[in-house]
Amino acid sequence: MPLSIFILASVIKSAIVLLVLLTAVAYSVWLERKVVGHMQNRWGPTRVGPFGLLQPAADGLKFFFKEDLTPPHVYKPLFLAAPMIAVIFALTSIAVIPFGNSIPIFGYDIPLQITDVNIGLLLILGVTSLGVYGVALAGWSSNNKYSLLGGLRASAQMISYEIALGLSLVGVLIQSGSFSLRDIVSAQGGRFLYVIPRWNIFHWQFIGFFIYLMAAYAETNRIPFDLPEAETELVAGYHTEYSSMKFAMFFMAEYANMITVGCLATLLFFGGWNGPLAGPPLVRALLPLFWFCAKVFCFLFLYIWVRGTLPRFRYDQLMSFGWKFLLPLAIANLVATAIAVAW
Amino acid sequence: MSFHLILFLAFGAVCVAGAVNLLAQRHPINSALSLIAVMGALAGEYLLLGAEFVAAVQVIVYAGAIMVLFVFVIMLLNAGEEEETKGSRVAIMLGVPGILIASVLVAWVVLRRSGTGDVALGALPGYPREIAQLLFHDFLLPFEVTSILILIAIMGAVVLASKPEPPAGKVE
Repeated sequence: MPLSIFILASVIKSAIVLLVLLTAVAYSVWLERKVVGHMQNRWGPTRVGPFGLLQPAADGLKFFFKEDLTPPHVYKPLFLAAPMIAVIFALTSIAVIPFGNSIPIFGYDIPLQITDVNIGLLLILGVTSLGVYGVALAGWSSNNKYSLLGGLRASAQMISYEIALGLSLVGVLIQSGSFSLRDIVSAQGGRFLYVIPRWNIFHWQFIGFFIYLMAAYAETNRIPFDLPEAETELVAGYHTEYSSMKFAMFFMAEYANMITVGCLATLLFFGGWNGPLAGPPLVRALLPLFWFCAKVFCFLFLYIWVRGTLPRFRYDQLMSFGWKFLLPLAIANLVATAIAVAW
Repeated sequence: MSFHLILFLAFGAVCVAGAVNLLAQRHPINSALSLIAVMGALAGEYLLLGAEFVAAVQVIVYAGAIMVLFVFVIMLLNAGEEEETKGSRVAIMLGVPGILIASVLVAWVVLRRSGTGDVALGALPGYPREIAQLLFHDFLLPFEVTSILILIAIMGAVVLASKPEPPAGKVE
Protein backbone atom coordinates (compact mmCIF):
# COMPACT_ATOMS: atom_id res chain seq x y z
CA MET A 1 0.00 0.00 0.00
CA PRO A 2 1.50 3.40 -0.94
CA LEU A 3 2.25 5.84 1.88
CA SER A 4 -0.31 8.42 0.74
CA ILE A 5 -3.13 5.86 0.74
CA PHE A 6 -1.98 4.63 4.15
CA ILE A 7 -2.06 8.14 5.61
CA LEU A 8 -5.43 8.89 4.02
CA ALA A 9 -6.90 5.63 5.31
CA SER A 10 -5.49 6.28 8.79
CA VAL A 11 -6.96 9.78 8.94
CA ILE A 12 -10.37 8.58 7.76
CA LYS A 13 -10.32 5.67 10.18
CA SER A 14 -9.32 7.93 13.09
CA ALA A 15 -12.15 10.34 12.26
CA ILE A 16 -14.73 7.57 12.03
CA VAL A 17 -13.56 5.85 15.22
CA LEU A 18 -13.53 9.13 17.15
CA LEU A 19 -17.01 10.01 15.90
CA VAL A 20 -18.40 6.58 16.75
CA LEU A 21 -16.68 6.59 20.15
CA LEU A 22 -18.03 10.02 21.12
CA THR A 23 -21.52 9.07 19.95
CA ALA A 24 -21.26 5.84 21.91
CA VAL A 25 -20.17 7.81 24.97
CA ALA A 26 -23.16 10.14 24.65
CA TYR A 27 -25.59 7.28 24.15
CA SER A 28 -24.20 5.15 26.96
CA VAL A 29 -25.16 8.02 29.25
CA TRP A 30 -28.66 7.86 27.75
CA LEU A 31 -28.71 4.08 28.11
CA GLU A 32 -27.63 4.30 31.71
CA ARG A 33 -30.34 6.81 32.63
CA LYS A 34 -32.95 4.81 30.78
CA VAL A 35 -32.00 1.37 32.17
CA VAL A 36 -31.46 2.54 35.74
CA GLY A 37 -34.74 4.44 35.47
CA HIS A 38 -36.66 1.31 34.49
CA MET A 39 -34.93 -0.67 37.24
CA GLN A 40 -36.14 1.90 39.75
CA ASN A 41 -39.68 1.94 38.35
CA ARG A 42 -39.26 5.29 36.56
CA TRP A 43 -39.22 6.19 32.90
CA GLY A 44 -35.83 7.83 32.56
CA PRO A 45 -35.53 10.61 29.93
CA THR A 46 -38.68 10.82 27.78
CA ARG A 47 -39.19 14.47 26.78
CA VAL A 48 -36.50 15.23 24.18
CA GLY A 49 -37.17 13.21 21.04
CA PRO A 50 -38.77 9.75 20.86
CA PHE A 51 -37.81 7.69 23.96
CA GLY A 52 -35.69 10.65 25.02
CA LEU A 53 -33.21 9.76 22.27
CA LEU A 54 -32.16 13.38 21.69
CA GLN A 55 -31.39 13.86 25.38
CA PRO A 56 -27.57 13.49 24.85
CA ALA A 57 -27.66 16.31 22.27
CA ALA A 58 -29.63 18.51 24.65
CA ASP A 59 -27.20 17.72 27.46
CA GLY A 60 -24.25 18.56 25.22
CA LEU A 61 -25.77 21.91 24.31
CA LYS A 62 -26.47 22.61 27.96
CA PHE A 63 -22.85 21.90 28.88
CA PHE A 64 -21.67 24.32 26.19
CA PHE A 65 -23.86 27.17 27.37
CA LYS A 66 -23.33 26.76 31.10
CA GLU A 67 -21.16 29.32 32.79
CA ASP A 68 -17.59 28.12 33.08
CA LEU A 69 -16.62 28.92 36.66
CA THR A 70 -13.05 28.84 37.87
CA PRO A 71 -12.98 29.29 41.64
CA PRO A 72 -10.43 31.87 42.83
CA HIS A 73 -8.57 29.57 45.22
CA VAL A 74 -7.54 26.85 42.74
CA TYR A 75 -4.07 26.17 41.33
CA LYS A 76 -4.94 27.32 37.84
CA PRO A 77 -2.50 25.58 35.44
CA LEU A 78 -3.28 22.14 36.79
CA PHE A 79 -6.96 22.91 37.33
CA LEU A 80 -7.24 23.61 33.59
CA ALA A 81 -4.99 20.74 32.52
CA ALA A 82 -6.58 17.99 34.63
CA PRO A 83 -9.81 17.48 32.62
CA MET A 84 -7.78 17.56 29.39
CA ILE A 85 -5.40 14.89 30.71
CA ALA A 86 -8.36 12.73 31.73
CA VAL A 87 -10.12 12.96 28.38
CA ILE A 88 -6.99 12.69 26.21
CA PHE A 89 -5.80 9.44 27.79
CA ALA A 90 -9.33 8.04 27.81
CA LEU A 91 -9.70 8.65 24.06
CA THR A 92 -6.14 7.63 23.08
CA SER A 93 -6.38 4.03 24.16
CA ILE A 94 -9.02 3.28 21.51
CA ALA A 95 -6.31 3.76 18.84
CA VAL A 96 -4.88 0.24 19.10
CA ILE A 97 -8.15 -1.63 19.55
CA PRO A 98 -9.03 -3.79 16.51
CA PHE A 99 -12.72 -4.02 15.60
CA GLY A 100 -12.55 -6.75 12.99
CA ASN A 101 -10.50 -8.28 10.22
CA SER A 102 -9.41 -6.19 7.27
CA ILE A 103 -11.98 -5.29 4.59
CA PRO A 104 -11.12 -4.66 0.93
CA ILE A 105 -11.91 -1.09 -0.21
CA PHE A 106 -10.93 0.01 -3.77
CA GLY A 107 -8.54 -2.92 -4.00
CA TYR A 108 -6.68 -2.08 -0.80
CA ASP A 109 -6.88 -4.22 2.30
CA ILE A 110 -7.90 -1.85 5.08
CA PRO A 111 -7.54 -3.30 8.59
CA LEU A 112 -10.37 -2.31 10.93
CA GLN A 113 -8.04 -0.75 13.49
CA ILE A 114 -6.37 2.64 13.63
CA THR A 115 -2.91 1.23 14.21
CA ASP A 116 -1.63 -2.29 14.78
CA VAL A 117 1.31 -2.43 17.17
CA ASN A 118 2.69 -5.70 18.43
CA ILE A 119 2.54 -4.54 22.05
CA GLY A 120 -1.05 -3.33 21.75
CA LEU A 121 -2.18 -4.63 25.10
CA LEU A 122 0.75 -3.06 26.97
CA LEU A 123 0.08 0.24 25.24
CA ILE A 124 -3.51 0.24 26.47
CA LEU A 125 -2.37 -0.59 30.00
CA GLY A 126 0.20 2.20 29.86
CA VAL A 127 -2.22 4.81 28.58
CA THR A 128 -4.95 3.90 31.06
CA SER A 129 -2.43 3.95 33.90
CA LEU A 130 -1.64 7.56 32.97
CA GLY A 131 -5.34 8.47 33.09
CA VAL A 132 -5.21 8.54 36.89
CA TYR A 133 -3.27 11.82 36.75
CA GLY A 134 -6.37 13.60 35.46
CA VAL A 135 -8.36 12.59 38.51
CA ALA A 136 -5.55 12.99 41.03
CA LEU A 137 -4.49 16.43 39.79
CA ALA A 138 -8.09 17.62 39.56
CA GLY A 139 -8.56 16.70 43.20
CA TRP A 140 -5.36 18.35 44.33
CA SER A 141 -5.53 21.53 42.26
CA SER A 142 -9.12 22.28 43.32
CA ASN A 143 -7.76 23.20 46.78
CA ASN A 144 -10.82 21.79 48.47
CA LYS A 145 -10.81 19.03 51.06
CA TYR A 146 -13.57 16.98 49.43
CA SER A 147 -11.84 17.14 46.06
CA LEU A 148 -8.50 16.26 47.61
CA LEU A 149 -9.98 13.24 49.39
CA GLY A 150 -11.59 12.16 46.12
CA GLY A 151 -8.30 12.49 44.24
CA LEU A 152 -6.39 10.60 46.94
CA ARG A 153 -8.95 7.82 46.99
CA ALA A 154 -8.88 7.58 43.21
CA SER A 155 -5.10 7.29 42.98
CA ALA A 156 -4.84 4.75 45.82
CA GLN A 157 -7.68 2.70 44.37
CA MET A 158 -6.35 2.74 40.83
CA ILE A 159 -2.82 1.73 41.86
CA SER A 160 -4.17 -1.09 44.00
CA TYR A 161 -6.44 -2.55 41.36
CA GLU A 162 -4.05 -2.03 38.45
CA ILE A 163 -1.88 -4.86 39.80
CA ALA A 164 -4.78 -7.31 39.94
CA LEU A 165 -5.94 -6.11 36.51
CA GLY A 166 -2.51 -6.66 34.95
CA LEU A 167 -2.09 -10.08 36.54
CA SER A 168 -5.54 -11.21 35.39
CA LEU A 169 -4.48 -10.53 31.79
CA VAL A 170 -1.24 -12.52 32.04
CA GLY A 171 -3.18 -15.79 31.94
CA VAL A 172 -4.65 -14.84 28.56
CA LEU A 173 -1.21 -13.76 27.34
CA ILE A 174 0.34 -17.08 28.33
CA GLN A 175 -2.35 -18.94 26.42
CA SER A 176 -2.09 -16.89 23.24
CA GLY A 177 1.64 -16.15 23.38
CA SER A 178 1.39 -12.61 22.00
CA PHE A 179 0.83 -9.02 23.09
CA SER A 180 -0.87 -8.19 19.81
CA LEU A 181 -4.63 -7.90 20.27
CA ARG A 182 -5.17 -9.24 16.75
CA ASP A 183 -3.21 -12.43 17.52
CA ILE A 184 -5.05 -12.86 20.80
CA VAL A 185 -8.39 -12.70 18.97
CA SER A 186 -7.34 -15.07 16.20
CA ALA A 187 -6.18 -17.57 18.83
CA GLN A 188 -9.79 -17.70 20.02
CA GLY A 189 -11.35 -18.85 16.73
CA GLY A 190 -13.00 -22.25 16.44
CA ARG A 191 -15.10 -24.27 18.85
CA PHE A 192 -14.98 -26.98 21.50
CA LEU A 193 -17.22 -30.00 20.70
CA TYR A 194 -18.77 -28.04 17.77
CA VAL A 195 -20.91 -25.99 20.18
CA ILE A 196 -18.98 -23.98 22.74
CA PRO A 197 -16.92 -21.19 21.15
CA ARG A 198 -13.21 -21.34 21.88
CA TRP A 199 -13.23 -18.04 23.76
CA ASN A 200 -10.77 -17.58 26.57
CA ILE A 201 -13.53 -17.33 29.14
CA PHE A 202 -14.52 -20.93 28.35
CA HIS A 203 -10.89 -21.89 27.97
CA TRP A 204 -9.66 -21.94 31.62
CA GLN A 205 -9.79 -18.17 32.01
CA PHE A 206 -13.10 -17.80 33.85
CA ILE A 207 -11.36 -16.77 37.07
CA GLY A 208 -9.16 -14.42 35.07
CA PHE A 209 -12.27 -12.78 33.66
CA PHE A 210 -13.82 -12.47 37.12
CA ILE A 211 -10.71 -10.70 38.41
CA TYR A 212 -10.59 -8.48 35.32
CA LEU A 213 -14.24 -7.53 35.76
CA MET A 214 -13.83 -6.58 39.43
CA ALA A 215 -10.63 -4.63 38.76
CA ALA A 216 -12.22 -2.90 35.78
CA TYR A 217 -15.07 -1.56 37.92
CA ALA A 218 -12.52 -0.14 40.33
CA GLU A 219 -10.31 1.28 37.56
CA THR A 220 -13.20 3.14 35.96
CA ASN A 221 -14.50 4.40 39.33
CA ARG A 222 -17.91 2.86 38.83
CA ILE A 223 -20.37 1.58 41.41
CA PRO A 224 -19.75 -0.46 43.57
CA PHE A 225 -16.27 1.07 43.68
CA ASP A 226 -17.10 4.72 42.97
CA LEU A 227 -15.63 6.02 46.23
CA PRO A 228 -13.66 8.86 44.57
CA GLU A 229 -16.97 10.57 43.82
CA ALA A 230 -19.11 9.18 46.62
CA GLU A 231 -21.73 11.92 46.82
CA THR A 232 -22.93 11.04 50.32
CA GLU A 233 -19.48 11.71 51.78
CA LEU A 234 -17.51 13.85 49.33
CA VAL A 235 -20.11 16.10 47.61
CA ALA A 236 -18.88 15.04 44.14
CA GLY A 237 -15.30 14.05 44.91
CA TYR A 238 -12.57 15.18 42.57
CA HIS A 239 -14.87 17.13 40.21
CA THR A 240 -16.71 19.12 42.87
CA GLU A 241 -15.26 22.44 41.68
CA TYR A 242 -15.70 21.79 37.96
CA SER A 243 -18.54 23.12 35.85
CA SER A 244 -19.62 23.38 32.23
CA MET A 245 -17.42 21.67 29.60
CA LYS A 246 -14.65 20.89 32.10
CA PHE A 247 -17.08 18.74 34.05
CA ALA A 248 -18.34 17.22 30.81
CA MET A 249 -14.77 16.21 29.98
CA PHE A 250 -14.50 14.14 33.16
CA PHE A 251 -17.87 12.63 32.33
CA MET A 252 -16.72 11.79 28.80
CA ALA A 253 -13.49 10.30 30.13
CA GLU A 254 -15.39 8.04 32.52
CA TYR A 255 -17.68 6.67 29.83
CA ALA A 256 -14.90 6.38 27.24
CA ASN A 257 -12.94 4.36 29.79
CA MET A 258 -15.96 2.12 30.29
CA ILE A 259 -16.11 1.50 26.55
CA THR A 260 -12.37 0.80 26.33
CA VAL A 261 -12.60 -1.65 29.21
CA GLY A 262 -15.56 -3.31 27.48
CA CYS A 263 -13.64 -3.57 24.19
CA LEU A 264 -10.67 -5.08 26.00
CA ALA A 265 -12.88 -7.63 27.78
CA THR A 266 -14.43 -8.54 24.43
CA LEU A 267 -11.05 -8.96 22.76
CA LEU A 268 -9.35 -10.88 25.55
CA PHE A 269 -12.07 -13.08 26.98
CA PHE A 270 -15.00 -13.18 24.56
CA GLY A 271 -13.33 -13.95 21.25
CA GLY A 272 -13.38 -10.42 19.80
CA TRP A 273 -15.22 -10.37 16.50
CA ASN A 274 -15.48 -14.17 16.24
CA GLY A 275 -19.06 -15.35 15.84
CA PRO A 276 -21.35 -17.25 13.50
CA LEU A 277 -21.21 -16.02 9.89
CA ALA A 278 -23.99 -16.45 7.33
CA GLY A 279 -25.67 -14.76 4.39
CA PRO A 280 -24.46 -12.85 1.31
CA PRO A 281 -20.83 -11.59 1.09
CA LEU A 282 -21.65 -8.05 2.25
CA VAL A 283 -23.39 -9.35 5.38
CA ARG A 284 -20.51 -11.76 5.93
CA ALA A 285 -18.06 -8.85 5.80
CA LEU A 286 -20.05 -6.77 8.28
CA LEU A 287 -21.14 -9.50 10.72
CA PRO A 288 -17.79 -9.59 12.65
CA LEU A 289 -18.14 -5.86 13.32
CA PHE A 290 -21.69 -6.49 14.52
CA TRP A 291 -20.59 -9.30 16.85
CA PHE A 292 -17.87 -7.07 18.30
CA CYS A 293 -20.29 -4.21 18.95
CA ALA A 294 -22.91 -6.57 20.39
CA LYS A 295 -20.42 -8.02 22.87
CA VAL A 296 -19.24 -4.55 23.94
CA PHE A 297 -22.88 -3.52 24.34
CA CYS A 298 -23.52 -6.52 26.63
CA PHE A 299 -20.57 -5.45 28.73
CA LEU A 300 -21.84 -1.86 28.99
CA PHE A 301 -25.26 -3.18 29.94
CA LEU A 302 -23.65 -5.27 32.67
CA TYR A 303 -22.00 -2.11 34.01
CA ILE A 304 -25.34 -0.34 34.20
CA TRP A 305 -27.08 -3.39 35.64
CA VAL A 306 -24.51 -3.57 38.45
CA ARG A 307 -24.94 0.14 39.05
CA GLY A 308 -28.67 -0.30 39.44
CA THR A 309 -28.23 -3.28 41.77
CA LEU A 310 -25.33 -2.94 44.17
CA PRO A 311 -24.69 -0.40 46.93
CA ARG A 312 -21.30 1.25 47.40
CA PHE A 313 -18.59 -0.48 49.43
CA ARG A 314 -16.77 1.12 52.31
CA TYR A 315 -13.24 2.25 51.57
CA ASP A 316 -11.54 -0.28 53.87
CA GLN A 317 -13.63 -3.04 52.29
CA LEU A 318 -12.47 -1.90 48.87
CA MET A 319 -8.82 -1.98 49.86
CA SER A 320 -8.92 -5.31 51.67
CA PHE A 321 -10.91 -6.87 48.80
CA GLY A 322 -8.29 -5.71 46.32
CA TRP A 323 -5.17 -6.64 48.24
CA LYS A 324 -6.23 -9.63 50.32
CA PHE A 325 -8.59 -11.40 47.93
CA LEU A 326 -8.23 -10.26 44.33
CA LEU A 327 -4.41 -10.10 44.21
CA PRO A 328 -3.76 -13.59 45.70
CA LEU A 329 -6.49 -14.99 43.45
CA ALA A 330 -4.86 -13.38 40.41
CA ILE A 331 -1.46 -14.83 41.33
CA ALA A 332 -2.99 -18.28 41.89
CA ASN A 333 -4.73 -18.04 38.51
CA LEU A 334 -1.46 -17.04 36.85
CA VAL A 335 0.47 -19.94 38.40
CA ALA A 336 -2.28 -22.45 37.56
CA THR A 337 -2.41 -21.26 33.93
CA ALA A 338 1.35 -21.41 33.60
CA ILE A 339 1.46 -24.98 34.97
CA ALA A 340 -1.42 -26.06 32.71
CA VAL A 341 0.21 -24.59 29.60
CA ALA A 342 3.65 -26.02 30.45
CA TRP A 343 2.15 -29.47 30.95
CA MET B 1 18.33 14.61 8.33
CA SER B 2 15.83 11.81 8.49
CA PHE B 3 12.44 12.15 10.15
CA HIS B 4 13.56 9.51 12.60
CA LEU B 5 16.55 11.55 13.74
CA ILE B 6 14.44 14.70 14.09
CA LEU B 7 12.01 12.83 16.35
CA PHE B 8 14.90 11.41 18.34
CA LEU B 9 16.36 14.87 18.91
CA ALA B 10 12.95 16.30 19.78
CA PHE B 11 12.33 13.65 22.43
CA GLY B 12 15.85 14.20 23.74
CA ALA B 13 15.19 17.93 24.00
CA VAL B 14 11.92 17.30 25.88
CA CYS B 15 13.81 14.98 28.20
CA VAL B 16 16.53 17.52 29.02
CA ALA B 17 14.03 20.38 29.31
CA GLY B 18 11.93 18.31 31.71
CA ALA B 19 14.98 17.51 33.81
CA VAL B 20 16.01 21.16 33.99
CA ASN B 21 12.45 22.18 34.81
CA LEU B 22 12.39 19.55 37.55
CA LEU B 23 15.21 21.40 39.29
CA ALA B 24 13.96 24.89 38.50
CA GLN B 25 10.38 24.47 39.73
CA ARG B 26 9.78 25.36 43.33
CA HIS B 27 6.53 23.53 43.87
CA PRO B 28 6.99 19.77 44.47
CA ILE B 29 4.00 18.80 42.32
CA ASN B 30 5.37 20.71 39.33
CA SER B 31 8.71 18.96 39.80
CA ALA B 32 6.96 15.59 39.93
CA LEU B 33 5.06 16.39 36.74
CA SER B 34 8.28 17.39 34.95
CA LEU B 35 9.76 14.06 36.01
CA ILE B 36 6.75 12.37 34.39
CA ALA B 37 7.48 14.30 31.19
CA VAL B 38 11.09 13.04 31.35
CA MET B 39 9.86 9.47 31.75
CA GLY B 40 7.45 9.85 28.83
CA ALA B 41 10.15 11.32 26.58
CA LEU B 42 12.50 8.49 27.53
CA ALA B 43 9.79 6.02 26.53
CA GLY B 44 9.61 7.81 23.18
CA GLU B 45 13.38 7.39 22.76
CA TYR B 46 13.15 3.67 23.51
CA LEU B 47 10.34 3.37 20.99
CA LEU B 48 12.47 5.07 18.34
CA LEU B 49 15.30 2.64 19.07
CA GLY B 50 12.93 -0.26 18.35
CA ALA B 51 12.60 -1.36 21.97
CA GLU B 52 8.80 -1.31 22.09
CA PHE B 53 8.51 -3.52 25.13
CA VAL B 54 10.95 -1.45 27.17
CA ALA B 55 9.07 1.71 26.15
CA ALA B 56 5.75 0.27 27.29
CA VAL B 57 7.22 -0.93 30.57
CA GLN B 58 8.81 2.48 31.08
CA VAL B 59 5.40 4.13 30.82
CA ILE B 60 3.52 1.52 32.87
CA VAL B 61 6.04 1.20 35.69
CA TYR B 62 7.64 4.63 35.97
CA ALA B 63 5.09 7.10 34.65
CA GLY B 64 2.03 5.07 35.58
CA ALA B 65 2.92 3.56 38.94
CA ILE B 66 5.97 5.01 40.66
CA MET B 67 5.22 8.62 39.75
CA VAL B 68 1.58 8.19 40.78
CA LEU B 69 2.92 7.23 44.22
CA PHE B 70 5.16 10.32 44.22
CA VAL B 71 2.23 12.56 43.34
CA PHE B 72 0.10 10.71 45.88
CA VAL B 73 2.59 11.38 48.68
CA ILE B 74 2.95 15.04 47.69
CA MET B 75 -0.84 15.41 47.72
CA LEU B 76 -1.22 13.51 50.98
CA LEU B 77 1.37 15.57 52.84
CA ASN B 78 0.17 18.70 51.04
CA ALA B 79 3.78 19.76 50.56
CA GLY B 80 3.95 23.48 49.88
CA GLU B 81 6.38 25.58 47.95
CA GLU B 82 10.01 25.28 48.86
CA GLU B 83 11.69 28.10 50.66
CA GLU B 84 14.43 29.50 48.50
CA THR B 85 17.80 29.46 50.13
CA LYS B 86 20.69 31.41 48.73
CA GLY B 87 23.01 28.56 47.79
CA SER B 88 26.66 29.15 48.47
CA ARG B 89 28.43 30.85 45.58
CA VAL B 90 31.25 28.32 45.74
CA ALA B 91 28.76 25.59 44.87
CA ILE B 92 27.62 27.48 41.78
CA MET B 93 31.12 28.50 40.72
CA LEU B 94 32.52 25.00 41.08
CA GLY B 95 29.39 22.91 40.51
CA VAL B 96 28.26 24.14 37.10
CA PRO B 97 31.66 23.76 35.37
CA GLY B 98 32.13 20.47 37.22
CA ILE B 99 28.89 19.06 35.85
CA LEU B 100 29.75 20.29 32.34
CA ILE B 101 33.18 18.65 32.48
CA ALA B 102 31.76 15.42 33.86
CA SER B 103 29.07 15.17 31.18
CA VAL B 104 31.59 15.90 28.40
CA LEU B 105 33.86 13.20 29.82
CA VAL B 106 31.05 10.66 29.95
CA ALA B 107 29.95 11.49 26.40
CA TRP B 108 33.55 11.25 25.14
CA VAL B 109 34.15 7.87 26.79
CA VAL B 110 30.86 6.50 25.46
CA LEU B 111 31.58 7.69 21.93
CA ARG B 112 35.15 6.38 21.99
CA ARG B 113 34.40 3.04 23.53
CA SER B 114 31.29 1.90 21.66
CA GLY B 115 33.07 1.39 18.33
CA THR B 116 30.96 3.09 15.69
CA GLY B 117 28.80 5.09 18.09
CA ASP B 118 25.73 4.17 16.06
CA VAL B 119 23.08 1.56 16.76
CA ALA B 120 21.06 0.16 13.91
CA LEU B 121 17.31 -0.02 14.43
CA GLY B 122 16.24 -3.41 15.79
CA ALA B 123 19.83 -4.58 16.25
CA LEU B 124 19.38 -4.84 20.00
CA PRO B 125 16.90 -7.25 21.58
CA GLY B 126 13.68 -5.31 21.99
CA TYR B 127 10.86 -7.75 21.43
CA PRO B 128 9.16 -9.34 24.42
CA ARG B 129 10.13 -12.83 23.26
CA GLU B 130 13.86 -12.01 23.16
CA ILE B 131 13.74 -10.20 26.49
CA ALA B 132 11.90 -13.11 28.07
CA GLN B 133 14.50 -15.52 26.65
CA LEU B 134 17.26 -13.43 28.21
CA LEU B 135 15.54 -12.93 31.57
CA PHE B 136 14.09 -16.37 32.17
CA HIS B 137 16.68 -18.53 30.43
CA ASP B 138 20.12 -17.04 29.90
CA PHE B 139 20.21 -14.83 32.99
CA LEU B 140 17.76 -16.72 35.18
CA LEU B 141 19.98 -16.88 38.27
CA PRO B 142 20.93 -13.16 38.38
CA PHE B 143 17.28 -12.29 37.74
CA GLU B 144 16.02 -14.42 40.62
CA VAL B 145 18.78 -13.15 42.91
CA THR B 146 17.71 -9.59 42.09
CA SER B 147 14.11 -10.42 42.93
CA ILE B 148 15.18 -11.87 46.29
CA LEU B 149 17.19 -8.72 46.92
CA ILE B 150 14.11 -6.59 46.22
CA LEU B 151 12.03 -8.82 48.49
CA ILE B 152 14.53 -8.31 51.32
CA ALA B 153 14.43 -4.55 50.69
CA ILE B 154 10.62 -4.58 50.86
CA MET B 155 10.66 -6.54 54.11
CA GLY B 156 13.25 -4.19 55.53
CA ALA B 157 11.14 -1.18 54.58
CA VAL B 158 8.07 -2.73 56.23
CA VAL B 159 10.01 -3.45 59.41
CA LEU B 160 11.46 0.04 59.53
CA ALA B 161 8.11 1.70 58.85
CA SER B 162 6.01 -0.34 61.30
CA LYS B 163 5.62 0.81 64.88
CA PRO B 164 7.72 -1.05 67.45
CA GLU B 165 5.67 -3.58 69.40
CA PRO B 166 5.24 -2.90 73.11
CA PRO B 167 7.55 -5.09 75.19
CA ALA B 168 6.02 -8.42 76.10
CA GLY B 169 4.67 -9.08 79.58
CA LYS B 170 3.61 -5.52 80.34
CA VAL B 171 -0.04 -4.72 80.74
CA GLU B 172 -0.99 -1.31 79.47
